[in-house]
Parts: sequence; structure tokens; C-alpha cells
Amino acid sequence: MEIKRRDFLKVAAAGGLTVASNAHPALAREAKGRIKDAVGFLYDSTVCTGCKACVSACKQNNDLPQSSSTPQDPLWDNPLDTDSRTYNIIKLYKDGTGAVKDREKDGHAYIKRQCMHCVDPSCVSACPVSALQKDPKTGIVTYNKSACIGCRYCQLACPFNIPKFEFDKTFPQIRKCQLCDHRIPKGDFAACAQYCPTGATVYGRVEDLLAEAKKRLAYKPGTWQVYPVERLGGPVTTEREVTPYIQKIYGEKDGGGTQNLILAGVPFEKLGLPKLDERPDAQRSETIQHTIYKGMIAPIALLGGLLYVVHKSTKDHK
Amino acid sequence: MSEESKPLGGEILTKPFLFFAGLFGFSLLLILYRYIAGIGAVSNLSDGYPWGLWIAYDVVAGTAIACGGYAMALLVYVMNKGQYHALVRPALLASMFGYTLAGASIMVDIGRYWNAPNLFTPWYANPNSIMFEVAFCVSTYIFILWIEFAPAFLEGISKYKEHLPSFVRNWNVEGLRKTLNKWLFVFIAIGVLLPTMHQSSLGTLMVIAGWKLTPLWQTPFLPLLFLISAITMGYAIVIFESIYASTGFKRPLETPLLSNLSGIMPWLIGLYLVLRVLDVFLRGVIGAAFKFNLYSLMFWIENGLYVTAIVFLLPRESRSSSRKLFLGAFFMLLAGTVYRFDAFMISFNPGDNWSYFPSFAETVITLGMISFELMAYLYIVKKFPVLPAAEHA
Amino acid sequence: MKNKDFKAFSTLVGGVSRRDFLKYCTIMASSMGLPLGAGAQMAEAVVNPKRPPVIWLSAQECTGCTESLLRATHPTLEHLILDLISLDYHETLSTPSGKQAEEARAASIKENKGKFILVVDGAIPVKDNGIYCMIAGKTVLDILKETAKDALAVIAIGSCSSWGGVPSADPNPTGATPVHKVLADAGIKTPVVNIPGCPPNPYNFLSTVLYFVTFKKLPELDDKARPVFAYGRLIHENCERRPHFDAGRFATEFGDDNHRKGYCLYKLGCKGPETFNNCPALLFGDTGAGTWPVGCGHPCFGCSEQEVGFHKPLFSKASLHLVTPPDTYPHTAEAQGKGATITGVAVAAAAAGAAFAAVNKIAGKLGDDDKKK
Repeated sequence: MEIKRRDFLKVAAAGGLTVASNAHPALAREAKGRIKDAVGFLYDSTVCTGCKACVSACKQNNDLPQSSSTPQDPLWDNPLDTDSRTYNIIKLYKDGTGAVKDREKDGHAYIKRQCMHCVDPSCVSACPVSALQKDPKTGIVTYNKSACIGCRYCQLACPFNIPKFEFDKTFPQIRKCQLCDHRIPKGDFAACAQYCPTGATVYGRVEDLLAEAKKRLAYKPGTWQVYPVERLGGPVTTEREVTPYIQKIYGEKDGGGTQNLILAGVPFEKLGLPKLDERPDAQRSETIQHTIYKGMIAPIALLGGLLYVVHKSTKDHK
Repeated sequence: MSEESKPLGGEILTKPFLFFAGLFGFSLLLILYRYIAGIGAVSNLSDGYPWGLWIAYDVVAGTAIACGGYAMALLVYVMNKGQYHALVRPALLASMFGYTLAGASIMVDIGRYWNAPNLFTPWYANPNSIMFEVAFCVSTYIFILWIEFAPAFLEGISKYKEHLPSFVRNWNVEGLRKTLNKWLFVFIAIGVLLPTMHQSSLGTLMVIAGWKLTPLWQTPFLPLLFLISAITMGYAIVIFESIYASTGFKRPLETPLLSNLSGIMPWLIGLYLVLRVLDVFLRGVIGAAFKFNLYSLMFWIENGLYVTAIVFLLPRESRSSSRKLFLGAFFMLLAGTVYRFDAFMISFNPGDNWSYFPSFAETVITLGMISFELMAYLYIVKKFPVLPAAEHA
Repeated sequence: MKNKDFKAFSTLVGGVSRRDFLKYCTIMASSMGLPLGAGAQMAEAVVNPKRPPVIWLSAQECTGCTESLLRATHPTLEHLILDLISLDYHETLSTPSGKQAEEARAASIKENKGKFILVVDGAIPVKDNGIYCMIAGKTVLDILKETAKDALAVIAIGSCSSWGGVPSADPNPTGATPVHKVLADAGIKTPVVNIPGCPPNPYNFLSTVLYFVTFKKLPELDDKARPVFAYGRLIHENCERRPHFDAGRFATEFGDDNHRKGYCLYKLGCKGPETFNNCPALLFGDTGAGTWPVGCGHPCFGCSEQEVGFHKPLFSKASLHLVTPPDTYPHTAEAQGKGATITGVAVAAAAAGAAFAAVNKIAGKLGDDDKKK
């Protein structure tokens, strides 16, 4: 739903919110654009074999403990979803017999879920103390625990339910994928991509990833094509027979765009990805906020009026 | 103001007081356990439902119910209706406790409470965040409320001076009171501005939840709807509390004053409902109200409660009945509370696979907070000049 | 098996001890997953003087299958296999050749009509009426057709006769065709068993033959006519390197650190995940653990799998389309969070009830007050 600034202001005025803000029309917050050298990965569900190498590599490289969803048998690291000990996870879509891969009916498909590193992240907009920030160079959404107050507004705001909170800890923090930003200075990159044997997850600059994704959508199913493995432009490639794609790059525009992109052979909703507007929620929210509070002009003007009126009234009452 | 208010006096340790104390004590134990074993140990909060009863009731509904002080200040000082002056102080008291307790429950709810000062640290503060705005405003407003209520404390102190320790006796309480009264208008003005800001922002909080808030509630008009309903809830709590206090302490009813006060409410609720319904229609989601699921049911219950409040409060003759006035105020409070529960908990759906219902301990902690509020209220109205002097009524 | 019978047999096969022979039969039985007693039963069947006649045809092949079979090293296997069955025709192994050999084949067919086993290695060229493989002036296509129609069963040994194998690799100049297809096209209904592999593990072949000899029927076959005991599982499922796969540890280049450490070869193009065979369990050459391709550090190239070996690029990654994922994966939507509990609901209901009761009480009182007025 679109809210027009004018309309909102009209109602705001009518509601007695403030008369002053009409005199100082505030600017609607523009949606943020892609950062030129932003990095991310392309996850191709049709290439994924569900081996979970990415999940275990992620745990190793981020020093994450096991997460057991079977408390009666706590031997296994078998989380049901990303959680405070699991930054990424391979989930399964299975219908009926599940016999054929990447088929919607009586088939199955894998989906990798983790932080999408949105172009205009809701969590960054939501965080009251700037604990979540978007790196201006890489576009990675990072978390700073020494700033975080643990209000969990980021969890509420995230359209992908990604930030996870340590509800079981005395001194908890938020946990989420930070695209292995601690590995980048060492010349490495996202462990999930680096350890993916099939090339289902390939790391690279988002611009290049988008180009690669578009190229794949244009491939004719049944033909053999060269797929990069680990990262775009890297030494490792593989040849594989193309299977049909859903003609859409999830994350190209969804929710204002994400830095992690997804291709799949079954509809994205079936894989549990939310249907998102092209307009980011952060923009909606901040437009309202900025309309009211730009430069604090309206509140200050309102306060001035209030001071005058209240002063007058208190005198009257005496 | 001292002429129109005086302490109620009487026994402090009454039966209800002791019951509340017991409940509060139990909740303190649970809160202690929460600080040792983590939030998950006492609550049913989860990664899907990061906010539950504590935010929906203690903070969002709680501060709206505590809007009495704001609503009365708006009426008395901004609209300059001096005749309602007697209602200001009890309203302020309830507001003060409502907000203070909301602040306290936030410290229970947030995970990294030791970092809370970051909210006031310029290099951490994020002005784009609705949460920042709410947290900043609410905490400032708590401070303002205590100052606004300070004259009542100071009057109490100067009256019982001889019973107080010598160092307090030496304070120039009277002088402080006079200075404060001179500058009180500044705090009153800020005290009107801040709730206007954060009661609307409490609504804006949910805008960023996007698809996770069901379409019947997710609208850019959330801030306006929250603000209007907070003001009406403010008036409702003043009426509710006044009648409750009158019957509870066996004092004369203030019906004529309250009935005049309530005259404004049906129109505000009406404005709210028009906006609410128009919004749902214009966004084209009215169909969702006829889906016969939990959401549509809550939609009808919520708005039905608003309509019920109007039915009780609109006819002049019904407003002069203290019973109908009381019920009208009650339904208004209930409607506003249900609306807030809907917007923050019930219609919040992070995916059909997630479920949430407050746990036993979680609810007890909230009830403990309410108990403390009631205990403090009982204590203060008996010891300090808050309620209107009887002859005034 | 009576000792007396065995003595006769032992002299026949040239000095096998009874103990070794029984051991061999037991190994055969156990590799097929048969019960313990089946080994003795097999031994009994093998020494039966009425040995089943076998005719072995070679088409477009490399003799690898025969070579492999000859290297089955349990007690003098070549003697055993040549003597427990009556091998009436085999181009590589027969002593006679030329006319004599062809006569032996014709005689055997005539004599054992409907009773002999036909073994075929090599693909059958069908292009240009099969002129690309001729034996004694006849195309192998014709020889196969005339032999197969009188056979009790056909065993296609090796990937060439099972799927076409090397000769059928793109662009398949001779029209190399698997045996079962040739027979189906010619309307010959003799049952066909495929023992694919390049070469196949000799024990898979021997086990099938012994099973047939013993129980007078073919072992259980899958939809591609392969014996289930040998081809029921993916190599990936029993691979000794599988834990490395699950842990995401892969060799990325031949000779790199991870390769030396024995990590998973998936990234080097191992086709284990799409190839059905029992190599990791049975191994090759009877020389102990690790003697199979993956064990030696080379990725499986899918020799025994149709459309994989000789068809897929050697180092392209295997697809896992054959594996239907188990339900141990988390599904796209898993029930999570903590819902209503009895105590939770009870305390909420009690609180709400108390609030309503209080309001009701006061409203009642007020009603009285109003009436008093």
C-alpha cells in the first residue's frame, strides 16, 4: 500500500498532530540503491544437492556450537531453522513422493536460508542503537554486540526472520550471518560458498552475480553449461545439464533487493520465501518517521505552541 | 492545587494490598530467575515472536492506559478547560506509575539491559529507528511525569515535616515547590509533546514488520490510529479510575464532571472508527474481515468494543448514569487494549509455523507489575494529596 | 555335500581343498546377502555332474570383462568357472578356433535348446546391418539373435552389453546397442540380466550365475534388469569417504593437501552419488581394503551407470537427482515457538476473569447507586 506524503500530512494535521509540519514539508525517504562493490552470493536451488557442507562449514568458521532440535537425543546437530547457533541452513521442500528433484508436484527441492543482506535492510533501520549496520563498502549487514540492547526489534522487523536471539543465555546477544566478514581480510570469502562442492552457492560481486543469474535463466534446459564453483571468476568450474528455472531472480527486487540472490526450479513461495513488495519496509517506516520528525522542526514548533498555550492556561487557572 | 486535593488517609496494609504484595513478591522471584537463566527460561518468546505479552501489555497497552495525564493535560492546559483541574492529579499519578512500570518491564524484556545507556549515547543512537524515538521519548516522559507530580510529593513533605529526619526538615521544600510551580508549565508543555510523539510512534513501530502484520492491521495510518485511541483511552482511564476510586474508597462520585468530560469521547472514537474502516476499505483488504479466521474475528471483536463504548457514551442521558459511564470507559479501555494486543501480538504472524501464547511465568510477571502499580497507587493516594478534596465533588 | 562326490570334483578342477571350496561358495552366498546355509547349497549345486552349458558371445568389446573374470582369485577360479559350468563357446578362452569353434556353438545350441545360459560382452553394432562386427562371416547381430532365442537366459556382462558402453559414446559411429534392446527389437523374449561395469566386479557375475545354478531362477532384478544384491545401492551410500562429504571436506585438485588426507572426491567429479554399485563393499582384486577406484584416490566415473560413464564429462559434478531426500531435513516450514500451555492459559484466564469480575461488581454497585438517586 502506498501512503502519499501529502495524504499523510493532511490526516496528521486533521488529527491535531501538528500544524507546524505543513509549513515544512518533509522529504520522503528514498529507497536505498545497490552499493557498487557490494558482495553476496548466488544460491541456485537446482544445483544444490542438499549435502549441507555449507551448514557445517559455516559452523566451523564461525565457531558455532551444535544446535539440537531433539532434546531427547542431543547427539546430533540438527536445527530446524536458523537459530542463535545456526547462521545458515538447508531446508527441504517435499511434496507427495518427493521423487523428482526441482519438481513442484511429487518432487523435492532444497533451499538455503540465511541473512539475505538486504539492500535496504529493515533491521538496520529498526535498530535503535546502530548495533546492526550496513557496511558502506561491501554492503554486509554487521552486528555489534557492544551496542546492542537486546530489544529484538530487528527480529520483528526482518521480513526473513533472520536475526536470532539467545533466549537461553544469561547475557544474550543477537546472532546472524555476517557473510564471513572476518574471513574477507584473509583473502577468503563466505565459508558456505567456499565449501560448496557443487557451485550451488557462488560468491561474488552482486553486480556480477546478477549477470550470472540472468545468464542462467536464459539457458535452455537440457543443454550442458559451465557453472562457476565457489566464486565467480575463480579457478573452479563445473559442467552440468541445465534443469528448468522459474524465470525470476529472487532478491533482484524483492524487498528493495537483496545481496544474496536465489534461483530455483520450484516457485519461491513453496520454498518458504516471503512474497515481498519491491518497496522496502524500511523506506515505508522511515518515510513516516521523517515526515514527522525531519530536523525536529515540527516537534519544536509544536513545543513552542504548547509552551505558549500552557503558560497562558496556568496563569488563567491561578 | 493544594486546596483541591488532600491525602485520603487510612490503613495501608489492607487485604487487597497484601494480595497484590504477594503477587508482586512472586513475580520478583520469577524476574530474578529471568536474570539468571535468560528470557527463554520464563517466557514463551521465540525467534518468531520476539515480542509478546511484556511489550504488548506492559509497554504498548500499559502506556496507552497511562495516557490519563496526557489526555487531561491536553484538555486542561491546551484547551484551557480549568474546570477539570481536580482530575489532573490522580490522572498524573496513574500515568506516572503506568509509564514507570512500562520502563521497568522494558528492563526485564530487553536482553542486554546493561547497554540501555547506549540509547542516549549520540554515536550509537539511530534517529531513523522508530524504537529509538519511542525509547527516548518514553524515558524522557517518565522523568517529566515525576516532575509534574513532584508538587504533590513536596506538599506531602511540607505537611509532615515534623515527622521527617532532620536533614530533610532543613530542605527548603516550600521554596522548591514555588520555583517548580513557576516553571511547571515548561514540563507540562513537554509532557503534552512527548506522548503525542511516542503514542503515535508506538503504532509506527509495526509498520516495518511488513507482511508479518496481517493486512487488516498493517497500515501507514497506524501512528494516527494509535494516537487517537491513546487519547480516548486517556479520558477513559480518568473516568474509570475516578469511579473506581469513589466506590473503592467510599467517596462521593464525581459524575457530573466526568459526564461532561466523557462528552468528547464518542466523537474521538467515531473519528477513529471512520479512519479505521476507510483505511481498510481504501487499501482493499476488507475481504480479509470476512474470512472467518482468528484475524477477522479479532477485527470484529476489537471494533465491536469501540462501537459498544460509543453506544454507552454517546447519549447524554446515558452519560449521566455513573454505571453507563463506567461501562463506557471500561469498553473503551478494553477496545484500545485489544487493538494493541491485535497489532502487536495476535495479528502478528511471522509464518504459520510459528506459535506463541504467553507462559505462566510471563503472565505472572506482568500481573506482578500491575500489582505493584496498584499497591503504589493505594499507598500514595492515602499519604499524599492526590484525590480531590471531598467537598469539591 | 558328500566327501566322495567332492573328491571326484576336486580331481576335476585340479587340487582344490574341500575346505577352500566351501569357503569360496560361502563368500559368494554372503556377497549376495543369502542365508548362511546357502553356501553349502551352492557347493552342492556346483559339483552336480549336470553342469549348465554356457555360451559366451563377444561383440564390440575389449575383453576386459573376461580378463577381470579370470582374475577372480579364489581357489583357481578359472578352473572352477570353466568346469562348474560347461563353457561350450568362448572366443577368447576356447582351445578350438575357426570352424571347429563355430561348430561347437551350433552343436551346443542344438543339443541344449532352451537350457543354456548365454553370456554376452560388448555392444552390438546395428548400423548398416551390423557390419561393424563380424565373426566367421556373420554379423554379431545375427549371431546374437539366433543364439538368444534358444537360450534359457541372457547375461549381459559389462557396460557395453548392458547400456552400450564405450562403443556407444557420442557420436556412436557403429550404432552400438545394448543386448536387451536388440532382443526387444527383434521380439525375442528371453530374460536378460545386466551386470554393468567396466569391467564389472567378477563376483557380481559369479554370484548371479551360481544363484541361477543353485535355485534355478534369476536373482531379484531392478527396473534396469540389474541384480539388486549388487546394484541396489549408490556407491555414495557406502563410500568410506562419505563422512568427509557430510562434513564438507573435499579434495579440490589431484595431489592437493585435502586429496592426500583422503577427503571426499566429489569436487573432482566423483560420480558415486549417481552410480549404483557395490564397489565400496566388495572391492577389487582381493588385495585388501582400499583397492577400488575411490579408495585409491580417483573419483568414481560411473562406469556401471547408464548415461553416466562414457557419457558425462569426466570431472563434471554428479547430480544427486536419484536421491530422494530423507525426512531428516528440516522442511521449509517447521512448527516452532511455544504455544498455549495449561498453566499459561489458566493464569491468563484467571487474570482476565478477575478483571471482569471486578468491573462487574463495581458496575453492579453503581447500578444500585443510580437507582437510589
